[in-house]
Amino acid sequence: MSNEYQWLPTVFIGLMGLSFLIYAILDGYDLGVGVLLPKDNQAQRDQMIYSIGPFWDANETWLVLAVGIMLIAFPKAHSIVLQALYLPTAIMLTGLILRGVSFDFRTKAPSKDKRKWDLAFKMGSLIATLSQGYMLGRYVTSFDESSLAIGFSLLSAVCVTAGYCFIGACWLVMKSEGELQKRAARWATITNILMAVGIAAVCAANLMIDATIAEKWLSFPQVILLIPISALFLFVFATVHVYLQQVPTKNDIGCWYPFLAAVVIFILCFAGLGYSFYPYIVPMQLTIFEAASAPESLLVIFWGAVFVLPVIIGYTIFAYKVFWGKTTHLTY
Amino acid sequence: MLAFAELASETSFMLSRIQFAANISFHILFPTINIALCWILLFFKFQFNRTGDESWLRVYRFWVRIFALSFAIGVVSGITMSFQFGTNWPGYMETVGNIAGPLLGYEVMTAFFLEASFLSIMLFGMNKVSNRVHTFATLLVAIGTSMSAFWILALDSWMQTPSGFEMRDGVAHVTSWAEVIFNPSMPYRLTHMVLASGLTAAFLIAGISAYRLLKGDNKRSVKQALHASTALAMILIPIQIFVGDLHGLNTFKHQPAKVAAMEGVWETSTNVPLLLFAIPDEEIRTNHFEVKVPNMASLILTHTFDGEIKGLNEFEGKHPPVAPVFFSFRVMIGIGVLMLLTAAIGCYQFLYKKRYPNWFLKVLVGMTFSGWIATLAGWYVTEIGRQPYLVTGVLKTHDAATMLPADNVAMSLTMYLLLYTFLLIAYIRTLFVMANRAVKLEEQNPSIEDMRNEALADDSIDTNALTQGQTQSLAQGKTTDKGALV
Repeated sequence: MSNEYQWLPTVFIGLMGLSFLIYAILDGYDLGVGVLLPKDNQAQRDQMIYSIGPFWDANETWLVLAVGIMLIAFPKAHSIVLQALYLPTAIMLTGLILRGVSFDFRTKAPSKDKRKWDLAFKMGSLIATLSQGYMLGRYVTSFDESSLAIGFSLLSAVCVTAGYCFIGACWLVMKSEGELQKRAARWATITNILMAVGIAAVCAANLMIDATIAEKWLSFPQVILLIPISALFLFVFATVHVYLQQVPTKNDIGCWYPFLAAVVIFILCFAGLGYSFYPYIVPMQLTIFEAASAPESLLVIFWGAVFVLPVIIGYTIFAYKVFWGKTTHLTY
Repeated sequence: MLAFAELASETSFMLSRIQFAANISFHILFPTINIALCWILLFFKFQFNRTGDESWLRVYRFWVRIFALSFAIGVVSGITMSFQFGTNWPGYMETVGNIAGPLLGYEVMTAFFLEASFLSIMLFGMNKVSNRVHTFATLLVAIGTSMSAFWILALDSWMQTPSGFEMRDGVAHVTSWAEVIFNPSMPYRLTHMVLASGLTAAFLIAGISAYRLLKGDNKRSVKQALHASTALAMILIPIQIFVGDLHGLNTFKHQPAKVAAMEGVWETSTNVPLLLFAIPDEEIRTNHFEVKVPNMASLILTHTFDGEIKGLNEFEGKHPPVAPVFFSFRVMIGIGVLMLLTAAIGCYQFLYKKRYPNWFLKVLVGMTFSGWIATLAGWYVTEIGRQPYLVTGVLKTHDAATMLPADNVAMSLTMYLLLYTFLLIAYIRTLFVMANRAVKLEEQNPSIEDMRNEALADDSIDTNALTQGQTQSLAQGKTTDKGALV
């Protein structure tokens, strides 16, 4: 690739990273809500599903965009990564398919089947979150087949699921009222602790497994950065924990705070991951510069993205505004 | 040992092909309905806005729910596709990624987000935004589905008739985007597919509406839907036959081997007969049990009785498997003819008899999913007809295949097949459950205000009560044996 276009792979890895991040936050909360569906309360299940109803579809599209950018801009990486993760990917997809269709079938199929579709919704969500976490773990450990690496991936599966449940519970605290809100606050408290432990464990494990990454973080002067980052983590974790004990607050003050905190945590984790691996797209094997497509094709998509992405973000915000505030009963 | 490795990779190749075919066949069923259904919904909405007639709103509400269900299945089954390009067909992106990539990218950016975001407003926003914004959201979803069709058909057509590129070191590089997008077969294939979508949606609406009439649902809204869909079918089917012919001529020019397989022509010759039926035998390269119309194939393809058609023997080793292409083609044409007859009878009944007889309603119910079968058959003709190439003349399917172990592919394929079979059954069953429920509900709640709570009522109506209700209404003779009056 000529020097003139050296910036293109960097821009595209940025776009891809952004899409994955938006996906993790947006589909993260609706997957989390799916995993949290309670067995014992039909009314709460309805309420929870109404709260994500208008959004899940567009949320999932960010995954298509992210994987699409990888396919288009870094085709070699797409085939190495996804072949290495072939079965977990297939399992994740069946999970996503199951939950996506259950959302519609549950209100349209015979009413006696509704409970079964709710269960399918919950299981589909759980399958998807576990396999995404497992895939992340496999990716981070460079698809190593050792039992240590597999163990790490299983840990990652649980942590990512906890993270999604946390952001899902925070979403519910923001979007619901009454008993459900209180219940959501309890879920959020538990998953907040789980997630904090998980993040610490994953960070520690990652630094131990990989010397290059340890070098990247622990050498001077970057190591100083760890202090404000850890402080921010601790602050967010503690304040959210305290806030959740107060739910429902008077006039519902700050009901958006846990969700915002979850978004901040997701962004931090994601940035950390990006920093650890840049410029590799397949860890320790292939850099973004080696994997990139021809510059002329990237340019065509780049200009498209420059015009279209702001429009997409614009109408996404519009859609969220239309369904702003506490969830009401949805019918059509 | 080597032979064993070859066998294993051959198995993996075949399984990948079956998996891709299964995925895309299942996926295409739902966009095929929705590309056109969304425009039809927009038409219903406009009719309501224009006339203020609440029964148009009823039609809209009933079909928007089916649209939403089909949309959800279409979206989630489509996600699978974006993963498979890399996992099962790595050679595809390595060779033609510079072309396929941007086209797919534009599909995601200009279509997927537009559809997904405004669909929520279209579905749940009726009470949250103004009527105008709601109609506009419906319009945007319709534009989104059509944009999606545009990009994906541009890519598919490029794989059939590639142009606007050059090969450098075994990799395709674009020389002209206009030629890539508007490649020779693209306008024909896009039009053919959009019309197919229109027909699929029209017969689906007609079939379900006929079913409701037979069940005693004599509401005006059901009849309006039936009239609109029959009229649409009558308008579209002659156009489709005309466009299909043009598309065939285009294929004859650019992919003669495919046409030879469609027509079952082995030896290059003039005065070629049209085979109504035959069993092509690739082993001895001839047909058995031919039923033919003399000179017709020559006439259709060259517009002269003694026109020459190139035979399959000219393309030995480079032509598709004959039998699947040959039979799929006849299935598609056969259903096309049935559609023409059905639509014509429907219009005749509507215009001159002012009523649909019961037998005709039953025929319509039988034709509910005819569009699916014709569309699938059509796609099999064109995609199997492209073999052994993935991109005509550029990349053979075999060379794009994965190195994945066959048992992994077997496992994923089994999972997908089980899931798809289950979902297909659930989908078809749910359509009729929804139809039954609408019959029942409209008897209970004749006023439109209560229709708002249809989804709510979905949860509370007991299926047993529903069946009783139907039996009662039938017993009361709501469907007269004279049929449904217009």
